[in-house]
Amino acid sequence: MTEPFLSVRNLKTWFNSSRGPVHAVDGVSFDIRKGETFALLGESGCGKSMTALSVMQLLPSQAVGNVSGEVLLEGQDLLTLSEVAMRDVRGNRIAMIFQEPMTSLNPVLTIGDQIEEVLRRHRGLRGEQAYNKALELLDAVGIPERKQRYGEYPHQLSGGMKQRVMIAMALAGEPDLLIADEPTTALDVTIQAQILELLQALQRDSDMAILLITHDLGVVSGMVDHVAVMYAGYIVEKAARQQFFDNPSHPYSKKLFASLPNIKKRGHKLAVIEGSVPSLAQTFRACRFVERCDYAWQTCRDREPRWFEFERGHGARCHLVDTELPPHERVRPVAKAETSSALKSDLGAPRTLMTVEDLVVHFPIHKGLFKRIHGYVRAVDGVSLELFRGRTVALVGESGCGKTTAGKALLQLIQPTAGKVRYGDVELTQLSRQAIKSHRGELQIIFQDPYSSMNPRMMVGDIIEEGMAAQKVGASSEERRQRVEALLRQVGLPPESRYRYPHEFSGGQRQRICIARALAVSPKMIVCDEPTSALDVSVQAQILNLLKGLQDQLGLTYLFITHNMSVVEYLAHNVAVMYLGRIVEQGSVRDIMENPKHPYTQALLSAVPTIETSSRREIIQLEGDLPSPINPPQGCHFHPRCAHAMPECRENYPLAKILSQTHQVRCFLYK
Amino acid sequence: MLAYIIRRILYAIPILIGVNILTFSLFFVVNSPDNMARMHLGMKRVTPEAIENWKIERGYDKPLLYNEETGGAGALTDTIFFEKSARLFVFEFGRSDAGRDIGYDIQQRMWPSLAIAVPTFIIGLLVTITFAMLVAFFRATYVDYWGVILCVVMMSISGLFYIIGGQYLISKVLHLVPISGYDTGVSALKFIILPVIIGVIGGIGAGTRWYRTIFLEEVSKDYVRTARAKGLSELVVLFKHVLKNAMIPILTACVSQIPFLFMGSLLIESFFGIPGLGSYTIDAIQRQDFAIVRSMVFLGSVLYIVGLIMTDISYTLVNPRIRLS
Amino acid sequence: MEFKFVILWTDALVFLLVGIVTGFTVYVSRKEHLRAPWRHVARSRMGMAALVILAAYLVVGLLDSVHYRPALETSGEQEKVRYSAEVLSVFDLIATPFRERQEKTYSAPFATHLYAKETIEFPDGSTRRDFPRLEYGGAHLDDPHQDRFADIVLTSVAGIVQGVVIWAALITLTAYLLARRQKSEVKTVVKRIAKGETDIPWHVMLVTAGLLIVLTVLAINLGLKYHLLGTDKVGQDVLYQALKSIRTGLVIGTLTTLIMLPFATILGIMAGFFHGWVDDVIQYIYTTLSSIPGVLLIAAAVLVLQVYVETHPEMFDTIAHRADMRLLFLCIILGITSWTGLCRLLRGETLKLREVEYIQAATAFGVSNAKMLGRHILPNVMHIVLIAVVLDFSGLVLAEAVLAYVGVGVDPSMNSWGNMINAARLEIAREPIVWWSVTAAFIFMFTLVLSANLFSDAVRDAFDPRLRQQ
Repeated sequence: MTEPFLSVRNLKTWFNSSRGPVHAVDGVSFDIRKGETFALLGESGCGKSMTALSVMQLLPSQAVGNVSGEVLLEGQDLLTLSEVAMRDVRGNRIAMIFQEPMTSLNPVLTIGDQIEEVLRRHRGLRGEQAYNKALELLDAVGIPERKQRYGEYPHQLSGGMKQRVMIAMALAGEPDLLIADEPTTALDVTIQAQILELLQALQRDSDMAILLITHDLGVVSGMVDHVAVMYAGYIVEKAARQQFFDNPSHPYSKKLFASLPNIKKRGHKLAVIEGSVPSLAQTFRACRFVERCDYAWQTCRDREPRWFEFERGHGARCHLVDTELPPHERVRPVAKAETSSALKSDLGAPRTLMTVEDLVVHFPIHKGLFKRIHGYVRAVDGVSLELFRGRTVALVGESGCGKTTAGKALLQLIQPTAGKVRYGDVELTQLSRQAIKSHRGELQIIFQDPYSSMNPRMMVGDIIEEGMAAQKVGASSEERRQRVEALLRQVGLPPESRYRYPHEFSGGQRQRICIARALAVSPKMIVCDEPTSALDVSVQAQILNLLKGLQDQLGLTYLFITHNMSVVEYLAHNVAVMYLGRIVEQGSVRDIMENPKHPYTQALLSAVPTIETSSRREIIQLEGDLPSPINPPQGCHFHPRCAHAMPECRENYPLAKILSQTHQVRCFLYK
Repeated sequence: MLAYIIRRILYAIPILIGVNILTFSLFFVVNSPDNMARMHLGMKRVTPEAIENWKIERGYDKPLLYNEETGGAGALTDTIFFEKSARLFVFEFGRSDAGRDIGYDIQQRMWPSLAIAVPTFIIGLLVTITFAMLVAFFRATYVDYWGVILCVVMMSISGLFYIIGGQYLISKVLHLVPISGYDTGVSALKFIILPVIIGVIGGIGAGTRWYRTIFLEEVSKDYVRTARAKGLSELVVLFKHVLKNAMIPILTACVSQIPFLFMGSLLIESFFGIPGLGSYTIDAIQRQDFAIVRSMVFLGSVLYIVGLIMTDISYTLVNPRIRLS
Repeated sequence: MEFKFVILWTDALVFLLVGIVTGFTVYVSRKEHLRAPWRHVARSRMGMAALVILAAYLVVGLLDSVHYRPALETSGEQEKVRYSAEVLSVFDLIATPFRERQEKTYSAPFATHLYAKETIEFPDGSTRRDFPRLEYGGAHLDDPHQDRFADIVLTSVAGIVQGVVIWAALITLTAYLLARRQKSEVKTVVKRIAKGETDIPWHVMLVTAGLLIVLTVLAINLGLKYHLLGTDKVGQDVLYQALKSIRTGLVIGTLTTLIMLPFATILGIMAGFFHGWVDDVIQYIYTTLSSIPGVLLIAAAVLVLQVYVETHPEMFDTIAHRADMRLLFLCIILGITSWTGLCRLLRGETLKLREVEYIQAATAFGVSNAKMLGRHILPNVMHIVLIAVVLDFSGLVLAEAVLAYVGVGVDPSMNSWGNMINAARLEIAREPIVWWSVTAAFIFMFTLVLSANLFSDAVRDAFDPRLRQQ
């Protein structure tokens, strides 16, 4: 075996807070070899980004100087290098790309300038040479019209293009190691597939090592050689990819797999990790996972487990795998009984709750001397949907396709430009602002970001009660108080929570409060606008379980807006796929997942990274980006990116083709 | 872009009308010309004739808004409102209460004002930006900490003290330059130096602190981390990446001040005896010359609006995000 | 002694303000999330040192805001008590020795002789032009040239000793109270304070307070014998003037804000919340107002007021009433010129808040607009209002001096730092220079403005979410 290129030994990084030192990275060790992709996997706050920044020595100011251990780059310890010497390493031997391509590029410098900066700094290229090399790099990362792009500013590029530029910049120094910190988290799945493919292709051509930092098991399964799972500041399991996916050994890793939603778990509760990550502002005596572990026994509380490699290249920090543990400490662990109770699946015949017909939301663009309307952003451009009582419709699409606008327009939170929304025997679009208030209670919404969806200056009890007061639910304040406590219990929070403020709760708990707030007015239907996309996988499972349970219990109807396909296949009954303001395909979840017809749906599904390594699907690469909704392409909106585009696709938008009782598609391929 | 500028200029018209009506009612409705005359002539020796004379001499004897005596267009034009307020729109300022041509005075006094204000503005900008960069470079160290405290101390000192102290030290103790006065041509230089220096020093505290916050806000952004990850040195990061971004808010804020350079600095001009528009205004206030004050109010608002328009335009020019969209 | 309370307009507003602040404090202390940023302020050393100094200014200012008119000595047995035309304050009462010891004209600090030569008549009938002895300053000395220095040193030492004793008493009292609250021993508390281990920087506060106490006691001791900061043109004690000016500065700094705050807040929030014509009208109003240069608008308004006052002399009982009216008017007009900035800030913030999801959630419940503004928008922009208030304060204090110079400041009969500087600036040209009035005004003003600035920095650090992240 070759010598490791980068070897991190017992890395510790901490910073001071008002509650004492916070050990963000607490004894991390791993090796990366040339040409290898190594993933650091973990949920938010586990210290994976801090590890990368410690290697690069780009720590935020409060942590500068608080690093110990060794970071050996071909035998040389980077931590002992001076800042000046370190600058020759950064961008040259180790390059880094970041999560947010939108903010990571300098907005006032051209793309070319930012790439050439690296060429000048590390390769000594100037003038013509630098220009040619920069164009070469833009070409290498797959940027079309590179000469024009060279002189453009970052805002003129889409998110995916910006990330490509970031990669070009990183490659400019011909680094031996590329650190990619959540490089695709801010991007859509189809773009994510492009970027991951690009990274893999670049790696094949060079001997570059990649340190990939991610929270996404799917991404890990798609492209890495080795993986290390981080939890609460250290690595709990480390293995080659195959070993890890075949046999995840640490209970935390196992839980991560179990909490992922997918079609097989449909009708069952997802496994959840109870509790939350312990505070890192403490000195640990016991296993850091002990409070949340199903297998924990006395030894786990007495002693921190040591690192134990139980098969070649596969180790974990858990007493379970430690076969050399003294016998008296190896009390036979018994897993807590999984409550994998089957959920109600028999729903009977569907009954319509709401019918949406040709919903249109256009935002005018004002321009010119008198701010005359110059054009429209066609955010939603004719959407028809049917929602059934007690069922879930998933509205799926990439960012910018208009799915959130559609959801809000449905509830009349945004005034629709045209179209009908019939709820029972009421036509919502015809109601006055006052009249609609009496229906507000029945139609509720849960937002994506649990941090901004609650007023930070109100107590949780008041937040939940506000809607009840506005909708006149509950006769007396005493009655309302009791209801608030009942609701809190229903969503799994202690009733005392009502006297606390939102900032005292974690993301998942806040989302529970938001659900309680929506439930307070006894809604019939809830629009769930990406309610789990800001949450970690294990927390996502809790929320999905809760939503599913409430649906069975109360017969709620959900419009579930999401871009996450695995959530769709776990939760939804019907699926509608949106592209540029229109629904291109809709049908039952089986129709869409197993038999997608529209080329866009097919591409979308294929781009979702899966963890089933055995059944690798061929990824259908989509060219380019989502066009602007101001000026959508003539004919079928999808035709410029479609592999099957025909002449007539450029002329007209296809009409809906009914394939079966539940399944319809708008594509000329099916006539 | 052109449409945008035209729209902004059109938008300025109602504002100027508003300013005009406001000053008109303040000077002529709340306060009748009779009162003004009485005040000017002194409270004791006022006869009704003297008041009438005073008013006729200055054209304040006409009706406020509607002249019933003259027919036709004269009913509207031969009024105080038209003569004294509406004419300001075409920059006809009329005569001051002391009888001088205000328009001529303004043209004459503009140049000394500019001679002080322009160098103060440019040197001040360079000095404060340099200091702010220095403090930002040493951020989170003692240099930064004490630098900020020094700024706070400097901005806690009233401008009057900078002037009095400067005059005392340079002119009276050290006898380097004359204490006050003005001259034309090259010999004006020795009168300009001290006011400029004092103007610059007086602005360092607040300016440095404000630019520092702008720099620090930029420094904490993601693209700075990217620049560091490229292996660029701290100086390059600061001067190329951060400065260029920070210049957008700094420039736009400065551009709005440019028109006001014409107005000069009230205090400095008055203390140093510079015959500019600043001292003109102060003298008018102290002599209670309503005609000049009114003219300067209008001129000031015009310049403010010009500043607003220039700010918008410069912002669109400097920021590629807006320039290219 | 008989007297009649006089409540001037500004007094009433000052006490209203005190009431509002007290109410706000009680409200905040009951809400944990509101208390948290204040606790952050309380941990700032600079901020708390500044607060101690501000508190000292405040005490003087408040004492100077309780006004009365003393009864005149009635001759004979008149039924009706007549009151003096002079309006005095509690502070005047306390500072009576300083107020009443008036010299003829200028005298330098610690001087025993006047600053101007006069023809002195000697007992033997001969006359000579010389600097005459002061009536009060150093009057107790037989031979001022010989004894003055020793006397000053002795008095200072006595003053410092007294000051230190009082300071020690203050430390003990603080430590005792702290110990009782924390249920620990006084000794350990003193140790912790000395080492700076307390959560709130008591050591810094006590040192600042100690400095103030020693200076005050020293000033009293010396001031009773000499004119510590000299006298002005009409022979009034400059120290007394500078102290009296505190109220003027504080009133301008706070009442202006009190007056403009409701407008700025309500209009700013409304403009941001209700788009459309409401927004257009409010934007028009504030652009128009802010387009007029502030000094000129103030000058114009004050000139107009001046004319009004001079033509209606019958409306004002006393000089104090007239001066007070002008002060209040100045506050109002300063308020009008200074609300636009805050209004614009609030409009921008409200526009941002409108799009925040909790506002949309409230819309989804059909919550009324009034409730939305009161419960969701207002509490979430309060930090901006607070920061603006503390930031504006020092600017307003400084503005007073400039306005006085321009001639549109407070009434010339009112004590203010601006008037002191304005009166003294003509004397700068004098040889030898009369420097003490300007210096006194400078020291008092600078101390107040610097403390206010440092305190506002601490407040901003604690409340500005952007700064807090760094």
